[in-house]
Amino acid sequence: MERKTKINAEDGKQELLITREFDLPLELLFKAYEDPEIVEQWMGTKVLKLENKKHGGYQFETTDPMGNKHRFGGVIHEFNSNQKIIRTFEMENTPFGVQLEFLEFEKLTDDTSKLNMHVVFKSVELRNQLLKLPFAQGINMAHNRIQEILSNHNHDSK
Amino acid sequence: MDLRRDVFQAIADPTRRAIITLLALNAMTPTAIAEHFHSSRQTISKHIQILTECQLLEQEQNGREIHYHFNAKKMKEIADFIEPFRNLWDDRFNKLEAVMKKYRSKK
Repeated sequence: MERKTKINAEDGKQELLITREFDLPLELLFKAYEDPEIVEQWMGTKVLKLENKKHGGYQFETTDPMGNKHRFGGVIHEFNSNQKIIRTFEMENTPFGVQLEFLEFEKLTDDTSKLNMHVVFKSVELRNQLLKLPFAQGINMAHNRIQEILSNHNHDSK
Repeated sequence: MDLRRDVFQAIADPTRRAIITLLALNAMTPTAIAEHFHSSRQTISKHIQILTECQLLEQEQNGREIHYHFNAKKMKEIADFIEPFRNLWDDRFNKLEAVMKKYRSKK
């Protein structure tokens, strides 16, 4: 089966491309980015602010399993319904800096659509760090699990 | 053992990459590995230690000698390092699709 979400991150470039085809009409895909209530549902975040217009801002907030709140957001540069959104993105209080995001919404058929997300970073290093983040978290989780299993095992054998 | 050692940092070093390449062909003792390099035995030992901590190398005791061999499974994990990032976005977009399908059927 062909993978629906594709990531293209060329070596030595400070950008990445995320593309995805949806079994949704273009209007519904765009609405998922426009309507704060719907954004909350699929992003799993609280929407503090979402001003869908040029010079508007947006701010979302998530709560991690430890109860810590994390905020992220940015400024909207362009907002064309069913076509494109250009915005900045920043995770507050993290070293990742500001990213520039170009979101293009494309109609494929009456019932299918495509999202092209072009993300530009301040440097190649920052891009690579962000790409590795889920991988690093996965490795840490695997290590924690192994340690847990080993410590339970030691406990049992005593 | 330092579990927080960064695997990417480990393979960023050219000497360490050369050690991996050597061991991909044959399991070797630390002495045999060091003979392939101009660096001191001590420096090579440190590189071997870092690679072992990242599980890119595995130790095997043969009598009194220790042989190191290459852990291909771990290397494959690194080659696929972008996959968890892709999965993250795939999950997020699947959720979007599910939410919107439900939204459409409610209308």
